[in-house]
Amino acid sequence: MEVTQVLLNAQSIDGAVRKNAEESLKHFQEQNLTVFLLLLSGELVSEEKPVETRKLAGLILKNALDAKDQQRKVELVQRWLSLDGNAKSQIKAGLLKTLSSPVSDARSTASQVIAKVAGIELPHKQWPELVGSLLSNVHQLPAHAKQATLETLGYLCEEVSPDVIDQDQVNKILTAVVQGMSASEGNTDVRLAATRALYNALGFAQANFSNDMERDYLMRVVCEATLSPEVRIRQAAFECLVSISSTYYEKLAPYIQDIFNITAKAVREDEEPVALQAIEFWSSICDEEIDILEEYGGDFTGDSDIPCFYFIKQAIPALVPMLLETLLKQEEDQDQDEGAWNIAMAGGTCLGLVARTVGDDIVPLVVPFIEENVTKPDWRQREAATYAFGSILEGPSPAKLIPLVNVALNFMLSALTKDPNSHVKDTTAWTLGRIFEFLHGSAVDSPIITQANCQQIVAVLLQSMKDTPNVAEKACGALYFLAQGYEEVGPSSPLTPFFQEIVQSLLTVTHREDARESRLRTAAYETLNEVVRCSTDETAPLVLQLVPVIIMELHNTVEGQKLSSDEREKQSELQGLLCGCLQVIIQKLGSSESTKYLFLQYADQIMGLFLSVFACRSATVHEEAMLAIGALAYATGPDFAKYMPEFYRYLEMGLQNFEEYQVCAVTVGVVGDICRALEEKVVPYCDGIMTQLLKNLSSNQLHRSVKPPIFSCFGDIALAVGEYFEKYLMWAMSALQSAAELSTHTTGDDELIEYINTLRNGILEAYSGIFQGFKNSPKTQLLIPYAPHILQFLDGIYMEKDMDDVVMKTAIGVLGDLADTLGSHAASLIQQSVSSKDFLNECLSSEDVMIKESAEWAKLAISRAISV
Amino acid sequence: MAPHDIRRPFKRAAISDQQKRRELSLLRQAQNRRDAQQQARCLASSILSLQSAAPESQPEQSDIELETVPEAEQESEAFSKDLDVRQASKLRGPEVRKWFARQLMLPEWMIDVPDRLAQDWYVFARPAGKRCFVVSSNGTTVSRQRNGSILHHFPSALPAGAKIRDGSGSAQSYCILDCIFHELDQTYYVIDMVCWNGYSLYDCTAEFRFYWLNSKLEESGACNAPSHYHKFRFSAVPVYNCDQSGLHAAYTGVVPYAKDGLLFYNKHALYQTGNTPLALVWKDDNCSQFVIDTDGKGEIPSQQQVVLELQDDRKLVTSDDPPVLFGCLDGDIIEKSGLHTGNLLRFAIGDGGLSFVDGKLEKADLIYLGKSNRARAFADSYSKVLFQFMVRHSPLKIDDLLASINSANDQEKTPSDIEMVG
Repeated sequence: MEVTQVLLNAQSIDGAVRKNAEESLKHFQEQNLTVFLLLLSGELVSEEKPVETRKLAGLILKNALDAKDQQRKVELVQRWLSLDGNAKSQIKAGLLKTLSSPVSDARSTASQVIAKVAGIELPHKQWPELVGSLLSNVHQLPAHAKQATLETLGYLCEEVSPDVIDQDQVNKILTAVVQGMSASEGNTDVRLAATRALYNALGFAQANFSNDMERDYLMRVVCEATLSPEVRIRQAAFECLVSISSTYYEKLAPYIQDIFNITAKAVREDEEPVALQAIEFWSSICDEEIDILEEYGGDFTGDSDIPCFYFIKQAIPALVPMLLETLLKQEEDQDQDEGAWNIAMAGGTCLGLVARTVGDDIVPLVVPFIEENVTKPDWRQREAATYAFGSILEGPSPAKLIPLVNVALNFMLSALTKDPNSHVKDTTAWTLGRIFEFLHGSAVDSPIITQANCQQIVAVLLQSMKDTPNVAEKACGALYFLAQGYEEVGPSSPLTPFFQEIVQSLLTVTHREDARESRLRTAAYETLNEVVRCSTDETAPLVLQLVPVIIMELHNTVEGQKLSSDEREKQSELQGLLCGCLQVIIQKLGSSESTKYLFLQYADQIMGLFLSVFACRSATVHEEAMLAIGALAYATGPDFAKYMPEFYRYLEMGLQNFEEYQVCAVTVGVVGDICRALEEKVVPYCDGIMTQLLKNLSSNQLHRSVKPPIFSCFGDIALAVGEYFEKYLMWAMSALQSAAELSTHTTGDDELIEYINTLRNGILEAYSGIFQGFKNSPKTQLLIPYAPHILQFLDGIYMEKDMDDVVMKTAIGVLGDLADTLGSHAASLIQQSVSSKDFLNECLSSEDVMIKESAEWAKLAISRAISV
Repeated sequence: MAPHDIRRPFKRAAISDQQKRRELSLLRQAQNRRDAQQQARCLASSILSLQSAAPESQPEQSDIELETVPEAEQESEAFSKDLDVRQASKLRGPEVRKWFARQLMLPEWMIDVPDRLAQDWYVFARPAGKRCFVVSSNGTTVSRQRNGSILHHFPSALPAGAKIRDGSGSAQSYCILDCIFHELDQTYYVIDMVCWNGYSLYDCTAEFRFYWLNSKLEESGACNAPSHYHKFRFSAVPVYNCDQSGLHAAYTGVVPYAKDGLLFYNKHALYQTGNTPLALVWKDDNCSQFVIDTDGKGEIPSQQQVVLELQDDRKLVTSDDPPVLFGCLDGDIIEKSGLHTGNLLRFAIGDGGLSFVDGKLEKADLIYLGKSNRARAFADSYSKVLFQFMVRHSPLKIDDLLASINSANDQEKTPSDIEMVG
């Protein structure tokens, strides 16, 4: 194969040529991977080849080593590890050689590929000489090769975890990087590469940051780099500071004053990308301190691994004025632009975080700014003042804020309708939303909304919903929180007199021509949903009246017309919103017996519409319709059986939807709803459902987050069909058993442990459902052979000492279910298990009521099993 | 990675209603799953509804004859005996009363001494008072007498027994206790525990139930003095192993309540509703004021009276299952008095008394008195008739019980002595 030509063809503008080339590449790769990779690395290293083919060769090489999909990634790693050693050495040598190529694209591609190979090999103790060979003669290298080497080190640090590189090598890497950053390095590209490499290497520098001298040196180099004449270096240096602020928060005290000076200068004078990073430094410090203070507050012992240094509290006299200045640097169109991010927005965001960090202390620093600017003729000043007010509404105590709000509320309501500037109105509506979000509701003692002003507030918000889309969207948001505040108001809500008008106005908004701008229509439906969710019995008849209205809207969308793809997208977006709205209504009306009965007259019609919606190909719509059907099944109970013959195929489709795994996950949940609704009437559908669920479990393509709910679903099915589950018992138990073995021990980061706990919970819920399903049936003895393994699993996860409260509750419940169902058959097994002693005792003395309750149950069931 | 990529511009609305819907859905499903599990575990989620049944009319006390002892017999009807709590939750009104009437475990009368009394039985002094079921659920407590009528409706410290927001116990939590309400000190003496905190103890042995009762009742605070959220005091009764000292303690020991006989519970027996030979009642004049049945006026009739059921072939039978035949009624009387099958009839036992062959009743000298009171639902049980007969003629004495324990001891000792020698 003529690689160069194929690689050129693969980038051809002619689709047919391109497709042909891609296929032959794929074919070749499948035929002989080793030779294929050797050829690619040969292409990359060769100075005679065109830059495009060298780049593409590197890229394909990189993709042969890594993939986004976790499962695929594992496969690729295994494949690389099993390749012939000589070939790999040859490839790696080629890659290292490319680092000194005069062609910058080739160097940079090689850097990335080296990091990927390192990411695979270093954890397996292979390629130990890599760091040494990269650093061996870094001082003597020409600038371009030095730059490539530093870049490679950066990627390498990004790719591998700190524990696979020993401290000696870390020291060497940091030394090289810091030297590359220092002022003595004359080449800008080298300094930039070094600064960026440091950003990735910071995570490796724990030991160095604990050494005062080395830390001082590192901090000095970083701070010096923030003053570099090259803007990209300054930006990269500030990014390092941001990273340091979260990784080494507790080491910052000696430097914080200097850092403040540097950041303040950058925020006021530097170019935007640099200024944004300077602001980000303080936002990041806020994040740290909020976390620490939350940990202080959440625990009576007041322990946190890291002490709070109250940097923000000390800095606010200077920090807050600096941030307030940024608020005046708005961009003209920022409210219309979804992706806008500028100094004013970053400054406001940081101000909000500062307010959450220091609470009441921020108020006197901000109020004068508000008072001074909010009535100024320049819209920038009015908007900045309002934004400042909105920003500090979360954090300070209601006692401190409510007097201010009481004074400001009227002004804000009037500004929302009368201010000539749309930015000001936008921010005003947003601020009202924040007022309602944080200072309105049953948790707040002195209400800011009274009988006297409620009507005016509603009127103003409804009025604003006719404003430009961005303002109207914010007004919807404010109404959302206004409704939410009345969620637990009791039988009578102050919104009752306006309920009809609010619903009408929201529906009108959804029909606006420009409703798709600024996600206005979505906001209107979301607000409608919240208004329904928070409605009381008084307005139940009005919610009921809403049902045929939404049905009609949904009906209109499924009327078959030929649509352009843009129209179809619009249509499915709308269908999603309508299904979501119906879901909320079903859940609301289904939760009380009286309204449920009245609502169910629409059930047939609604179900019919959902079935037509399934005919559309859009994941969001499917998910929304599924969620709504789950709620409907819950409301109808056993009557749902009549929809099953038609609905079943969509259920199956949902379960098969691996790609849009959210749809799959939601569908699994709905299977649970249906089981609980139909109980033994679900039997005719169980073969299909169980087959599909077992298939899903064994698939590598299905997102892992769907697997725990599938296990829980086994439990739902078993509980619904009882001993009929016998058919599936062997398969289900075998799947559960292998998952149980995998999830007994956890190693990994918090995220993985969290996932493992979710998985354990699913497995345990399955066991519970199966035991309870078989209880009192003559087939109970079928479960006896599984008892030893299940008890072993319980003991195993108990010994591991890393289960969360949810798992603990479910696990101890399973112990009870096992004892309850198997009784004396399992008595001696139970008595031998650790779970029945230490674990049970631990749960019995738990502070968590649910754990304690499950433990009491288990204790009783065990005593009973043993006593017989 | 520019950090602002992860920092959400906070002026952009943070609400994602779709995410919220998803989460609320998951929350609802998790809750429903929990409920379903809980229901499976508890057998019942909705005993709550039993309490909202229509208000009860108090039975006319004067109508009840010969029933000064509250545990007078109630026999199972044609209804299935193993009606569980879940089914019961679907009942309404009078059915609820019937259901409750059948839920108590009713001891037979002790007409001979069971084997292995010392090993397999408990004994305790039975408090005099109203036998009732106490049910706590959904923040309130209700006591119902055997006939289903409500005795008290009150807050209690039992789990789910009062509306106190202490966050403990789920909505499904409830308790069912078998109690005797003792008027004098206004105390519920708990003689058995049927359900505790949502979990059924029906199929637990007495040994386990008593153990559970003793540890849990105290723990719940139900034994504390009455207070605003706890209107009546509950108390466990001292239960003894029925060996010589235990029996002696139960018989002579001082208790804070008036005794009405001794109750014997077989340690291995489950809570069985209706009559059971695994729970026995025995009394003499020393430990009860009500040894011999009285009539409606509280006086002891000169002749023992019994209530028997008339069957279609004129047979007169007890309420036992299977019924015990006491004799046949003259066709004349049936015709004259317009009696029908199923009628409950009152008889006196004449001088001929009861005669037995091989421990079985052979003949009874019955004198027809008339129809029994309408309030009577069931005929007398065989053990009751016999106990009353024995009380009047050759009562089973406390010494007989003690002697039986001693002789059993002797028998037990013998083989072990031999083994020790060998």
